[in-house]
Amino acid sequence: MLRMTGIGKSFLGVRVLGGVDLEVSAGEVHAVVGENGAGKSTLMKILAGVHAPDEGTIEIDGRSVTFGHPIEAQRAGVAIIYQELTLLPERTVAENVFLGREPVRRGLVDRAAMESATDELLKSLGEESFGPRDLVRRLSVARQQVVEIAKALSLNARIVVMDEPTAPLADHEVELLYTLVRRLTARGIAVLYVSHRLREIFDLADRITVLKDGARVTTAEASSLDTAGLVRLMVGRELDSYYPPRAAGPPGEVILSVRGGGNARLHDIDLDLRAGEIVGVAGLQGSGRTELAKALFGAEPFTSGEMTPRRPRSVREGIAAGIGLVTEDRKAEGLLPNQRVRDNALLVARATGAPRTGVERLLERVRLSPPRPAQEVRLLSGGNQQKVVLAKWMTVAPRVLLFDEPTRGVDVGAKAAIHDLMRELARDGMAVLMISSELPELIGMSDRIVVLRDGRLVGELPAGSTEEAVMRLAAAS
Amino acid sequence: MTQQLKLGRVPAGGSLLRRISADRPARPVYVALVLLVVLGWLVFALDGGTFLGQENIVGIQQRSAALGIVAVGQTLVILAGSLDLSVAYLISLTSLVTAEIMAGADSGVPAAVAAALAVSALIGLVNGLIVTRLRVHAFIATLGVALVVRGALDARYDGPAGSVPESFQHLGYDRIGPLPVSALLWAAVAAGAWLLLSRTRLGYRIYAVGGDAEVARLSGVRTERVVVIAHVLCSVCAGIAGLLLASRLGAGAPTVGTDGGYDLESIAAVVLGGTALAGGRGGVAGTVGGVLLLAVLDSIFNQLEVNSFAKDVVRGVILVAALAIYARGRRTR
Repeated sequence: MLRMTGIGKSFLGVRVLGGVDLEVSAGEVHAVVGENGAGKSTLMKILAGVHAPDEGTIEIDGRSVTFGHPIEAQRAGVAIIYQELTLLPERTVAENVFLGREPVRRGLVDRAAMESATDELLKSLGEESFGPRDLVRRLSVARQQVVEIAKALSLNARIVVMDEPTAPLADHEVELLYTLVRRLTARGIAVLYVSHRLREIFDLADRITVLKDGARVTTAEASSLDTAGLVRLMVGRELDSYYPPRAAGPPGEVILSVRGGGNARLHDIDLDLRAGEIVGVAGLQGSGRTELAKALFGAEPFTSGEMTPRRPRSVREGIAAGIGLVTEDRKAEGLLPNQRVRDNALLVARATGAPRTGVERLLERVRLSPPRPAQEVRLLSGGNQQKVVLAKWMTVAPRVLLFDEPTRGVDVGAKAAIHDLMRELARDGMAVLMISSELPELIGMSDRIVVLRDGRLVGELPAGSTEEAVMRLAAAS
Repeated sequence: MTQQLKLGRVPAGGSLLRRISADRPARPVYVALVLLVVLGWLVFALDGGTFLGQENIVGIQQRSAALGIVAVGQTLVILAGSLDLSVAYLISLTSLVTAEIMAGADSGVPAAVAAALAVSALIGLVNGLIVTRLRVHAFIATLGVALVVRGALDARYDGPAGSVPESFQHLGYDRIGPLPVSALLWAAVAAGAWLLLSRTRLGYRIYAVGGDAEVARLSGVRTERVVVIAHVLCSVCAGIAGLLLASRLGAGAPTVGTDGGYDLESIAAVVLGGTALAGGRGGVAGTVGGVLLLAVLDSIFNQLEVNSFAKDVVRGVILVAALAIYARGRRTR
């Protein structure tokens, strides 16, 4: 039914997909798996008409198609359900399902027809708990997914792509999604299921395509694989990059310690961070990694549990306790892109009234090159921006520094520089916590790795553990 | 069944405020309006007047009509995620266009009305194109257009000009039964906008674009076109208000729009009515309530002979308090 052949795509000269083939038949659940950055999302976005492929062809029912806009993909019968739902919260279910295609009678929108059609769609999906007139804002995420699927059906979709559909769902809602997927395939609709939760994949998928580093590793019957085999296919790779040597001696004293820390997203967190040590945090998307960093820092504080030093209730308390956070999204949370390097580097110092440090010395410390304090931050490369974020923290000499995806969007050279800096900070007696979706980086850098799953710490692995071991802990269920 | 579901989702023990503003954006303003009418009735009774007497009601309606028509137009642009600060000067401009073309003669009426509406549609088109094509924020785009119009007016006029024939003044002063013609005109504009928003594809698209332009685009909505049309309709509403004011004054005046403060007052009325300033939520019903609320407040102030500074203080406090209440109501998720 669907055949994608030789799909290739580069962004800004970086090849993210090359020569990928994918064949999907009607009524099949076809899982697409791979690590973060393997190219799953890009492949799906090409299918949905969001990106145009640089090379390769797409055929639906033997006819070659090209999509210049998502609307064209929709018309060809491809619907994609994104992780972030694309619904209007302030409008009703029916208004969302028929957005842009409202039925009209005598020049006016035929609400009755629209609502009864929506009602039928919902009933055919076995959904009785809400109706066409309910506001989308009032529905749970799981039910909003049902609305998305109803919308796809009303467009006569024959291929439904689900990108990490269970990431935002609570455990009991996952079953509902399974039922929904089975109803779709029973109608002959092909479901492309992107996930890295292995249990779901084995529960649902008929066939599995494994992607790694932008290429297809294999497509296999789900029944011919087991968890260990699948993980090996996904991660089997040699450590090809250089990482600075780990700490030579045993770590120092405990600087930060949490017992039973919890809030809306995290439960029973027990964690010690020691001087001189880099602790890696692994976990799938939505497992609570960023939330952990923000809780330790005081941005989204723990509401229960003990913490030494004192549990921060706000960012100011976190900073006062000697904790710094290098955020995941530099541009939105870490820097003021339209201001100069100097103002960014002194941001924390000015906010807290810490003693002034010479900006030149700071920039030298983080090896910003060229060190131009008057330059606007938005003009810097990703790696240099990250160094400015680091400089910002150096002014208050934190004892604990939390890094959330420190090398995302940073080129290879700058990546090594940031890794060296992190190790250097640890060597100088700082406790470092690093969150990363890139397993090789996590393993290469960390002195030990803690694994998060569904907001809980589910295990700890020593330095030099294999990717397989980490994935097994993070994805098991 | 759905009713039960809704009740279940509003957190138990939610305050009265939250329940009032939970799902229907227009509800709180009508609750406030009823309270204010009761208050007004008490004040008038103690003061020896009759609040619900015909004279006062007609007064409220007449005062509201011009602001009401502008605010209905403002609702459309705000729902679409935009804003129009040029309405006040546009009202002055259209009042002058009307009065100058009529020049006191009955025969000039059709041409004058057509010209006033055409000028306003053109200004709306300019606003819309600047916002969508040049990607200038609506605040600055419409402020810039407002300044241009002001400059043109100041260059040509330093006082009232033109005159409208007696026949055209019926629009401003006549009544059909107890209802002033101007109030009926307002009602017609509001009803038209309500129909547009709740029963036409364009209306649905206005909500979609204001709610989330990217979602609308991915659903095949031509978002820029929707914003431009909303601006044209808003400006036409301002043009209608200009016609009404020309009819009242008997002439055009370069300050009639700004004296009435129609730009900021219309925005105030819209947000008082529960429409989100960011767009995508709200409607005309709330705006009508907001306008009436401001008018009832005015008539109470007049009865009490409150000085105009105190009036503004109270109105400012009410506006801020109303938005704080809406912000609370929105936290029911």
